[in-house]
Amino acid sequence: MKERFAVYVNDLSEGLWKKTPPLFTILGMCPSLAVTTAAVYGLAMGLSTTFVLVASTVIISLFRRYIPRQTRIPIFAVAVATFVTMIQFLLEGFLPDIHKVLGIFIPLIVVNCIILGRIEAFASQNTPGRSLADALGYGLGFTWALTVIGGVRELLGSGTVFGLQVTPAAFVPWSVMLTPAGAFWTMGALVGLITLWRQRGAGKERRAAPLRVGLDHGANGIARPAEGGETA
Amino acid sequence: MTELLLLFVGSALVNNFLLTRFLGICPFLGVTRELKAGVSMGIAVTSVMVASVLVLWPLYNLALAPLGLGFLQNMLFILVIAALVQFLEMVIKRAFPSLYTAFGIYLPLITTNCAILGLALLMVGNEYTFLQSLVFAVGSGAGVTLAMGMMAAIREELEFADVPQSLQGPGIALITAGIMALSFMGFAGLGS
Repeated sequence: MKERFAVYVNDLSEGLWKKTPPLFTILGMCPSLAVTTAAVYGLAMGLSTTFVLVASTVIISLFRRYIPRQTRIPIFAVAVATFVTMIQFLLEGFLPDIHKVLGIFIPLIVVNCIILGRIEAFASQNTPGRSLADALGYGLGFTWALTVIGGVRELLGSGTVFGLQVTPAAFVPWSVMLTPAGAFWTMGALVGLITLWRQRGAGKERRAAPLRVGLDHGANGIARPAEGGETA
Repeated sequence: MTELLLLFVGSALVNNFLLTRFLGICPFLGVTRELKAGVSMGIAVTSVMVASVLVLWPLYNLALAPLGLGFLQNMLFILVIAALVQFLEMVIKRAFPSLYTAFGIYLPLITTNCAILGLALLMVGNEYTFLQSLVFAVGSGAGVTLAMGMMAAIREELEFADVPQSLQGPGIALITAGIMALSFMGFAGLGS
């Protein structure tokens, strides 16, 4: 019983802090850059993605024995698109303001590489319980990462965090942080800081390789490293 | 005519898919190590964009919208795009083998590229006519090719720069992209 528990914790921890996208593994960049003008939008985007990720991985995992190998990608896509449409209508109905800001990035969860990646790499081969743990880890990891990116941009760009004023009145907000340029810079700086921290941790003689640009999923659904994957 | 020209300039420069709308960032960081690869990917994206408008515009406006099945759009669009990309790959492989070796290898990666689905969703959201949608696709594709080419050219030069070790790879690419996005903000207001 104790060993089984350890397995679940391990599955959960992978996405939650070991390989958290988009900061520790460069995956799911588009929403991470586009909607993170404030912490609350990052949080909403992350939770919506988590819902789709958890629901679709558990469903796929339950039916994993009945999904033919050749047609699995269209089947995965239909399952993901179904849950995306559900969350789209739920947000539109109950949180119209958030839905307006997230805009087309809600339907675009369908092509989020994290989701197809977890289904292909994990849920299609593992039990629903383990898939749930894995999906929760990746989903909540993505959520905290987006909230942090949104928080940094909100703090520097508007002087607030979650809408609360935190900087002194003398601080002039750097409005550039709310523009697309600020999104790229925040992301670049965070990725650089994390690499630096990892290199320190790995010691001087064993310098950690910089983060790799994530996997891109081809039409055949086999995860493959992006062309000319990043190396030091 | 002027309206279409403005739409073209607007989609290529003012609302650049990569630098302003953040659609299709994965290949933007992944395949821009050299100029040829970057431009080839841009051309591949453009051709899939145009092809998907040719199929998705009639599908939505002649089938889904009149039947009140708009809620099926996410599901149908992604299936059609996946099928279309595979079909294009087969056609190009058969008919233009040299073209296939040049940019065919980038085609499968495009299915899960949010630029294509994003284009289709924007086309529906903005209620473009068929002609407007085509201009929108060509303009967006041109913008993607331009940004990919510029990024690749800069990164080729960056190979010789002394980049701090922690920023090598995606870090410096993201910061470069930020500066490019800043310069593209200069186009804001153009054509409106």
